[in-house]
Amino acid sequence: MWLSPEEWDALALSAKVALCATAACLPFGIALSWLLERRQFPGKVWIDTLVQLPMVLPPVVPGYLLLLLLGTQGPLGGWLLDTFGIVIAFTWKGAVIASAVMAFPLMVQPIRLAIRLIDPRLEKAAATLGAKPWDTFFSVTLPLSVPGLIAGCILCFSRSLGEFGATMAFVGNIPGETRTLPLAIYSLTHVPDGEAAALRLSLLSIALAVAALLVSRWISLRAERRLGYLDRGPHAEL
Amino acid sequence: MLSFDLQFARGDFALDAAADVGDGVTGVYGPSGSGKSTLLALLAGLLSPSRGSVRLGERTLVDTDARRFVPAWDRHVGLVFQDGQLFPHLTVRQNLLFGHARIPAAARRFDLAGVAELLEITPLLDRRPTLLSGGERQRVALGRALLYSPQLLLLDEPLSSLDDRLKQQILPFLKRIKVETRLPMLYVTHAHSELEYLADRVLGMERGRLQQAVTG
Repeated sequence: MWLSPEEWDALALSAKVALCATAACLPFGIALSWLLERRQFPGKVWIDTLVQLPMVLPPVVPGYLLLLLLGTQGPLGGWLLDTFGIVIAFTWKGAVIASAVMAFPLMVQPIRLAIRLIDPRLEKAAATLGAKPWDTFFSVTLPLSVPGLIAGCILCFSRSLGEFGATMAFVGNIPGETRTLPLAIYSLTHVPDGEAAALRLSLLSIALAVAALLVSRWISLRAERRLGYLDRGPHAEL
Repeated sequence: MLSFDLQFARGDFALDAAADVGDGVTGVYGPSGSGKSTLLALLAGLLSPSRGSVRLGERTLVDTDARRFVPAWDRHVGLVFQDGQLFPHLTVRQNLLFGHARIPAAARRFDLAGVAELLEITPLLDRRPTLLSGGERQRVALGRALLYSPQLLLLDEPLSSLDDRLKQQILPFLKRIKVETRLPMLYVTHAHSELEYLADRVLGMERGRLQQAVTG
């Protein structure tokens, strides 16, 4: 496929934003999933609701709220600008934050499910073999949730590639800075003779999504086999 | 020497158990739901009692009056679960060495080769637990607990998920562990035949209460 330099820019920017958003979500996704599945604390139901909220809100709402909070006039954005000289709104960093907020619930769900499915007695067994809680987390809980981690990362990455509403509201549609694939497609449908390019980028988006799903299927099959969920062998009935 | 005096309540169930237990194998016999597993969880540090104390040798593991509670990972008490609970992402060898690697070298009383030979699991060392039979899995679980060099070994119905033929295969291994390691063991079961074969003394448990020395 032959892409124009602008289209390449959109593709590269999309990949960068989606990768950064996934990397940013992962540590929080793991920590929050573990807390929600393995600990009881007051306000748990509210945190759970808040995390799921971006999935059911119109995406422009979180985008607009991010702008209020992180815009150069906003409380956090103003502080970041005054203290560190960092500008978030209308930059690719803002696109990462918008994507991360929107994709976070999709990352948390499979990780939570994976942690929920781990028999707590395995963690207890680790404790009775001298493993402190952190040790148990890193040597038992985390390795056993790898299939969920992979699924969560792929979902988060794919959702970030498709992020449109929150990105548009928070960081706008600036070529080379915040114009990711979906925004580029949207822009192309508004210019004369843009249809061919819009279709090209749409097909490219479909190819990326299919590739992401296939890779995720392949990696999680391998992980499941390694954990012994498949291939139960000749004594499976015992 | 293990001494405990424990009270614990959850919902309708209340446990009130006290005993002084010497070396050798002490059987805890009782119907299911009588609180045997709860007692083991309290001794292992997986549950904390509402009131009471646990002493093992010179160490006080629990004393609610003195607000003392040694967590499970610091008790050096081994626990073998009903269904082994082997770590599915680790090989048999890595499972066996899980606890072994977490104690100082000077505290290790057994080595991998010796334990693997005692339990006849040497050929299985590089396998995954999901590829083992139930009997093999329980032997690996026993080996894993032994290699942690516990000061007390708790066995929670270790044979109940096995059929009679496999039980007969594992019992001699338990006897071997008893004779060759001299570890104090608390053996929970509802099968009397296992205790006749293994136990030096038996405590009865019913509705959360422990009765001293049902048989001698």
